Amino acid sequence: MSNVRVLVGTRKGAFILTSDETRKEWEISGPHFAGWEVYHIKGSPVDPNRIYASQSTGWFGQLIQRSNDGGKSWEPMGNEFKYDGDPGTHQFYDGTQHPWEFKRVWLLEPSLTDPDTVYAGAEDAALFRTNDGGQTWHELAGLRAAKGHLWQPGAGGMCLHTIVQDPNDANRLFVAISAAGAFRTDDGGATWLPINRGLISPYELPDSAAEVGHCVHSLAMHPARPDVLFMQKHWDVMRSDDAGGMWHEISGNLPSDFGFPIAVHAHEPETVYVVPIKSDSEHYPPDGKLRVYRSRTGGNEWEALTEGLPQSDCYVNVLRSALAVDSLDSCGVYFGTTGGQVYASADSGDSWMPIVRDLPAVVSVEVQVLP
Amino acid sequence: MIRVKLPVHLRTLTRVSGEVVLEVEGPITQRSILDALEEKYPTLRGTIRERITLQRRSLVRFFACGQDLSHAPMDAPLPDAVATGAEPFLIVGAMAGG
Repeated sequence: MSNVRVLVGTRKGAFILTSDETRKEWEISGPHFAGWEVYHIKGSPVDPNRIYASQSTGWFGQLIQRSNDGGKSWEPMGNEFKYDGDPGTHQFYDGTQHPWEFKRVWLLEPSLTDPDTVYAGAEDAALFRTNDGGQTWHELAGLRAAKGHLWQPGAGGMCLHTIVQDPNDANRLFVAISAAGAFRTDDGGATWLPINRGLISPYELPDSAAEVGHCVHSLAMHPARPDVLFMQKHWDVMRSDDAGGMWHEISGNLPSDFGFPIAVHAHEPETVYVVPIKSDSEHYPPDGKLRVYRSRTGGNEWEALTEGLPQSDCYVNVLRSALAVDSLDSCGVYFGTTGGQVYASADSGDSWMPIVRDLPAVVSVEVQVLP
Repeated sequence: MIRVKLPVHLRTLTRVSGEVVLEVEGPITQRSILDALEEKYPTLRGTIRERITLQRRSLVRFFACGQDLSHAPMDAPLPDAVATGAEPFLIVGAMAGG
């Protein structure tokens, strides 16, 4: 029987939840790194007991932690994130150009093939990579050449928050940056292409179809269909069938197309999950009802998933990295809230239960299936 | 012998309890103490001073002998009581929030 491990990053530490494949009873360990913000914690796909965590505070800066035993013990790794050369400037809130300044790591994306290789998404927006298990980090600075001087911080900062790897082509990566857009490399990170055609941002940009500047919130891909990408934009849920060459809207009948995370079912490439949020100024579910929406048609036609979720007086948010799926035969879906709950579904979203309540605000959720 | 008191989060990180004791060569300044501290505990690099610029992080304070020395020059001599080990050099997380 397989086991499942859920890795939860919160505003005040990390928590690790484990269960068997029934996913009914859960054991909780933590807080790990108590009192620190853990923006992301994720395990290596090829060595699940190798887990990386991004630990930071405004007081004491950025640390990277690594576990080689499934999160029982941790070791601080390298934390020197130095921009390559002179990074220059980017657009700032007041319209001036502002120097690039490292603030924190939002995301750690372990390689699909090598447990010592990890990508890190940083604020101010940059992509770093380690090839030695986190001891040293090097920027893939070609990304900034994709009109970096026009990128600007969103409300959450100018962060590179999403990294998607093509399982068929190690040289192809997709990243998303707020507020710059989505970008693709086909040469292992040396050069990058903005992939924002079809995105329309009339409320955020003076040129609503600009090449860069869109506030992309997250991207998702099914590994069997690496040219098909799904996007939750600031407003609008989008889809591309040509690796980001062109996007079209698939918001369809959603009650709101604002939101943060998006995910794809582990076994059904056309089944997609989003969590609609009322608006950019009211970051909670419409009507106080916490509803995950599922499309089994690759978008446009969405059904509300409500069983087991609070359907009144619920005003939490679900952040961009706080939705994940497992790969068990009956696909599990998990999400965490800013209210400190983590909900799980062992039946593709048909029914839900809280597997932990009253944690600090949840920033990220990842899941591993263990042999 | 120089005595240094770390804030709780950094004591957890370095797995020390109580004060840190350092042997520091030459003039006793903020810079020489922090250099020795980071040499002994490399995981502290970037947590007290910025990794690249080596400037004090904005929400870290340095206290000693009842004084806030945070804004003193990094190379200014620290009080004799710190240099002799009579008083500790305090590294403090600044008040923040409300």
